[in-house]
Amino acid sequence: MIIDLPSTTTSQVNSKLVQLREEGGAVTLGRVLTLVIVTDDGAKTEDAVDAANDASREHPCRVIVVARGARKAAPRLDAQIRVGGDAGASEVIVLRLYGELANEGASCVVPLLLPDTPVVAWWPHEAPAVPAKDPIGQLAQRRITDAAAEKNPIKALEQRRSGYTPGDTDLAWTRLTLWRAMLASALDLPPFERVTAAEVSGEADSPSTDLLAAWLAGALKAPVKRAKATRGSGIVDVRMERRSGAVELVRPDGKVGTLAQPGQPERRVALQRREIRDCLAEELRRLDPDEVYESALRSLGKVVRGRTPVKATSAARKPARKATATADAKPADAKPAEAKPAEAKAPAKAPAKAVPAKAAAKAKQAKPAKAKS
Amino acid sequence: MTAPTKRNPLRDPRDKRLPRIAGPCGLVIFGVTGDLSRKKLMPAIYDLANRGLLPPGFALVGFARRDWADQDFMQVVHQAVKENARTPFRQEVWDQLAEGIRFVQGTFDDDAAFDTLAATVADLDRERGTGGNHAFYLSVPPSAFTTVVNQLKRAGLATPPTDSAGQWRRVVIEKPFGHDLASAKHLNKIVNEVFPEESVFRIDHYLGKETVQNIMALRFANQLYEPIWNANYVDHVQITMAEDIGLGGRAGYYDGIGAARDVIQNHLLQLLALTAMEEPVSFRPADLRAEKVKVLSATRPVGPFDETTARGQYTGGWQGGQRVPGLLEEGGFAKDSTTETYAAITCEINTRRWAGVPFYLRTGKRLGRRVTEVAVVFKRAPHLPFDDTATEELGQNALVVRVQPDEGVTMRFGSKVPGNTMEVRDVTMDFGYGHAFTESSPEAYERLLLDVLLGEPSLFPKNDEVELSWDILDPVLEHWAATGAPEKYKAGTWGPASADEMLARTGRHWRRP
Repeated sequence: MIIDLPSTTTSQVNSKLVQLREEGGAVTLGRVLTLVIVTDDGAKTEDAVDAANDASREHPCRVIVVARGARKAAPRLDAQIRVGGDAGASEVIVLRLYGELANEGASCVVPLLLPDTPVVAWWPHEAPAVPAKDPIGQLAQRRITDAAAEKNPIKALEQRRSGYTPGDTDLAWTRLTLWRAMLASALDLPPFERVTAAEVSGEADSPSTDLLAAWLAGALKAPVKRAKATRGSGIVDVRMERRSGAVELVRPDGKVGTLAQPGQPERRVALQRREIRDCLAEELRRLDPDEVYESALRSLGKVVRGRTPVKATSAARKPARKATATADAKPADAKPAEAKPAEAKAPAKAPAKAVPAKAAAKAKQAKPAKAKS
Repeated sequence: MTAPTKRNPLRDPRDKRLPRIAGPCGLVIFGVTGDLSRKKLMPAIYDLANRGLLPPGFALVGFARRDWADQDFMQVVHQAVKENARTPFRQEVWDQLAEGIRFVQGTFDDDAAFDTLAATVADLDRERGTGGNHAFYLSVPPSAFTTVVNQLKRAGLATPPTDSAGQWRRVVIEKPFGHDLASAKHLNKIVNEVFPEESVFRIDHYLGKETVQNIMALRFANQLYEPIWNANYVDHVQITMAEDIGLGGRAGYYDGIGAARDVIQNHLLQLLALTAMEEPVSFRPADLRAEKVKVLSATRPVGPFDETTARGQYTGGWQGGQRVPGLLEEGGFAKDSTTETYAAITCEINTRRWAGVPFYLRTGKRLGRRVTEVAVVFKRAPHLPFDDTATEELGQNALVVRVQPDEGVTMRFGSKVPGNTMEVRDVTMDFGYGHAFTESSPEAYERLLLDVLLGEPSLFPKNDEVELSWDILDPVLEHWAATGAPEKYKAGTWGPASADEMLARTGRHWRRP
């Protein structure tokens, strides 16, 4: 059920909510938190609401969407209430703010927060420089940003580091959980040797790759190099050197990873890229400050930035290096150039068969899509 | 289990996101063509894989009499996963899983088949890197336990291939764990001769349910309930597991076993233990088990059994809009079967906390509806400063843990009826797991299978718990065996009249769940 309340006030919204509850039963009673989504009014807003609705199946919540409309318009608040089938297991209140009001979102959010339950703020797209200082961020115990969805992901990550306040978290970190779990469990078993060095490669503008490298640098207390991958999307390759040999986890196609450990057969593992709703559900699972994320952010400076991408197979090394040379010279159109050597290399990687070529094609397709998200 | 964690620099106790992924291992299922395997085990394995909790290179071996190739078995698993898995089907997850699926054809007394199984397992260690770690799931009738366990020993499967400390072999067995104390001891002895007790995992799927684990959270994480969780405030406790289905098609298993052995001995006494036990020192498996054993060893059935127990057998009738047959008309049951389909017993716990508080346990088939719950019913307030008429409709306060379905907690208390007279009536306050948390909490089997692979024994009853439960139940069973046929009750009702009388004697009555 969708109820539109054009040009309204928050007290009207509240009384409508009470009325709905009386008609339709105990709607808000079981809610465990309030999720405030801050975004600009537009097509992308719905995607965020959908993700929140999916996540609400795990954590029923009241979702308040603060959609900031045209600043030049006359100040006005349009509200929309969605309950039942249109809102997953949550109830969604969309607040469209126009004119001066667009910058005063917090004043509209406060009256609608659920009593005595945690507040989580989520900026699905552009986030404020210091989320904890933002008026809506100040209302929240937990502030979720997404560096990968910003215009300049690497710069955004740098901002997260400098502005970190306990309670901050970023979906670029959440996307890492499967990788981190897989790497940690690889080290759960003997031999318990020290990791002497590690290297992480991934897309140039993948903040998750940077964070993974930083996490390893902080936890392993060993030099960690961050390299640019010549193919694949997101994180592509993690290699941890130990005396008995390297533990390597490679995901060339963004879906299936291969875990190689000395003395053991290669093992394949499904490592699909996680969807926003899965990440959000994970974020809502814990509401206390994430110290491990904090120390990963602090370790960003310890990561050595490599220029040469190192590939597992020596056959791959030559064309790869050439490709990066071009890429470095002309960063603007680096991406199509990067895709090529992967195709050329396809015959060299016998066991993977047709996969690299497909992956390269996928990488090409993925680029414009990525820019959108 | 904590040892590797300490030595692993990537494990940080503050890092609550990282799930525990099982180390390299494989699972062998005996009786893989059975219902349980298709409806629960295979989907649970896929769901675990989909959640990224299975190790890369995980192997699943099926063992059954069917003349199948690996491919046929894979098809069966595929079908089972598509139909019954909780999480959405993802091709790439399935592909990884499918690579490790094998099938071994044979009967349990066939030495050659077990040798093939041993070879298959060794191959998997080489090809898939299962590292010599394998769990054997015995989804087989109890009569086959001995054969399978001894075959495993003969084929050298019961012990890891090398002496290296990290390697393990585990065995998973299902109820019934015997049919009385003597047979349970005998069974434990057979299993323990081959597998040491720490490698034996007895599945009681109730213990894998979120709500059951929530009993501990409710009791030990809150200040609200513990002060009143004792004989000073609690009048009695009712633990119910009711089913609306009959026993059509289950005669082979059920005839001669009956409701008490099937349900009270394991599920209900485990629920009793969790409800009544003292606070464990920690949630480490050994500490938890110590408390459960302590409370079970203090538990006794209350006599005289003619008055404190009830048993029944359902007869045909109309239930839920359908005509259903009585037990004696169900195929496979003897026409003079005295197997009970309803059983209720009274227990007392001889501790300071619970002295004088009866615990009523009941279970049955073809009852009003399917429900499992633990109801703690409190004493009435010692003094009510109202007119007699004001509290006429006020019952006893109750806290009900609903285990299934509609998992959650209900609290019943008195509230003023709106109006200008003071009148108090019972109302309920409801916490629904599905409302407050998750629509998609993991299936019990998912949790339990993962715990087996991780070697985490807290949710599995150990042999002494099993033996203690039989010790509690045996006197009642002996009494029933000596006193003829169970009383009849109509399908779709809440059991025989004697069940109501058994509570009415002390001025109490069964909750209608």
